[in-house]
Amino acid sequence: MDWKRRHVLGLADFRIEEMEFVVDTARSMEEVLTRDIKKVPALRGKTVVNLFFEASTRTRTSFEIAGKRLSADVVNFSSSTSSVTKGETLLDTAKNIEAMKPNIVILRHYASGSPHFLSRFVSCSIINAGDGANEHPSQGLLDLYTILKAKGKINGLKIAIIGDILHSRVVRSDLHSLGRMGANLWLCGPATMVPKEMERTGAKVTYDIREAVKDADVVMMLRIQLERQKTAYFPSLREYSCKYGLNRAVFSLAKEDAVIMHPGPINRGVELSDELADSAQSRILNQVESGVAIRMALLYLLAGGHDAAH
Amino acid sequence: MLDGSVSGNPQIPVAAEKGGKCAMKKASRKVILDAKGMERVLSRLTHEILEKNKGAEELVLVGIMSGGVPLSKFIREKIRAIEGMDVPAGYVDITLYRDDLSRAGYQPRLKRTEIPFSIDEKKVVLVDDVLFTGRTIRAAMDALIDFGRPKNIQLAVLVDRGHRELPIRADYVGRNVPTSRNENVDVMVQGEREEWKVILREPAPAKGE
Repeated sequence: MDWKRRHVLGLADFRIEEMEFVVDTARSMEEVLTRDIKKVPALRGKTVVNLFFEASTRTRTSFEIAGKRLSADVVNFSSSTSSVTKGETLLDTAKNIEAMKPNIVILRHYASGSPHFLSRFVSCSIINAGDGANEHPSQGLLDLYTILKAKGKINGLKIAIIGDILHSRVVRSDLHSLGRMGANLWLCGPATMVPKEMERTGAKVTYDIREAVKDADVVMMLRIQLERQKTAYFPSLREYSCKYGLNRAVFSLAKEDAVIMHPGPINRGVELSDELADSAQSRILNQVESGVAIRMALLYLLAGGHDAAH
Repeated sequence: MLDGSVSGNPQIPVAAEKGGKCAMKKASRKVILDAKGMERVLSRLTHEILEKNKGAEELVLVGIMSGGVPLSKFIREKIRAIEGMDVPAGYVDITLYRDDLSRAGYQPRLKRTEIPFSIDEKKVVLVDDVLFTGRTIRAAMDALIDFGRPKNIQLAVLVDRGHRELPIRADYVGRNVPTSRNENVDVMVQGEREEWKVILREPAPAKGE
């Protein structure tokens, strides 16, 4: 297969073979990360801009390290320190950055669809690093890769995703990546946070964590977004934790070799008990590791010599 | 990784005659080496490597993906037969070190690199199928340096077809094959050893090594 894609805006239109191609490329990248000298010259002379309009440490750092491992020049641009606070529009900010001739812009923005919008006006490649509640494609790919490494396959696995499904862009990308690869997906959380319409994606919806976790191969916990607490999606954190938190007793319903995942950051003691977060079944840090390899793969694939590249 | 047994002395397959017939058509195909010839050439290369290095001590083999890998495997088995010892062997994919990455229309698929041993203070023999512009070897040396500081790096190739673009030469050459630029040298070493052969093809659309 030849990689023809110029942007990675979401996994909604990704073909299975494209996802497999990214994962295969990531496997080669992972070898680079095992060396003493963790750097290859593939993206020498390319510039990657991290354009982040929302707080992020993990994703931004992951992209930054990925770019540096490939010898790209990585520039970080975050809204709190930029002229965005002075009233500049997204398009103006992007046009200004484009004038500095980057090859790839990695965009995180609170408005769904903003990377799609930008991609129509700039000539560099765009990677969506999370847009509102829409998608987070690199997370969807790294979850796919992490599960492949843990289980050797996706097809037929029961994967339970538990938490704030409504606001989660991770879930939307995972539905595309894991769903399309044949996983048996279960979505679970309080009814206010799990829209029944999610069943149209082919996933099963339940409000009972035990039903979701029973015989699961993978249990993926989502962060309860404390900043959204004011809107009262659930009565109290304590009640949420009792009904939808994962602890040893609930997790024992899953398959014996089941693994636990979490896109981070974890609220320890809320959605996930301390004990499980640090257990041998946890693949949370493997996700972070896979993330760098997946992002290296995406940067490498997008840095090809298509016409628009500078 | 690089195991498997030395194949016997199989009879030459039909490839040689086939090449001859095709030569009548407009795209000519000529078999330069058949399986038997290849085995002789690789045996000689192995002896030369052992002679120059006075044995297999401190020796390490690194095949360049993809064509160099089966060849380095073969050489490793020969060394075992002659010296009675296994030398460490790995392989390297040079894609991330290419100097034409942003010129290609799209990014080439990555292959694997595996050098699961230290190359510090070792004599590293790089093994490749065809030596052409020398750019692949430049990239492979850059990759090796990222793995450590070898005592020296030597180069063994099955076919040297000329047209160097960099000041690089091989220490061990299987065959010198004078070619024109629009010819192609196909080294077929991915299947069974009895099927191994080297074919000279022309004319062909211009292509890298």
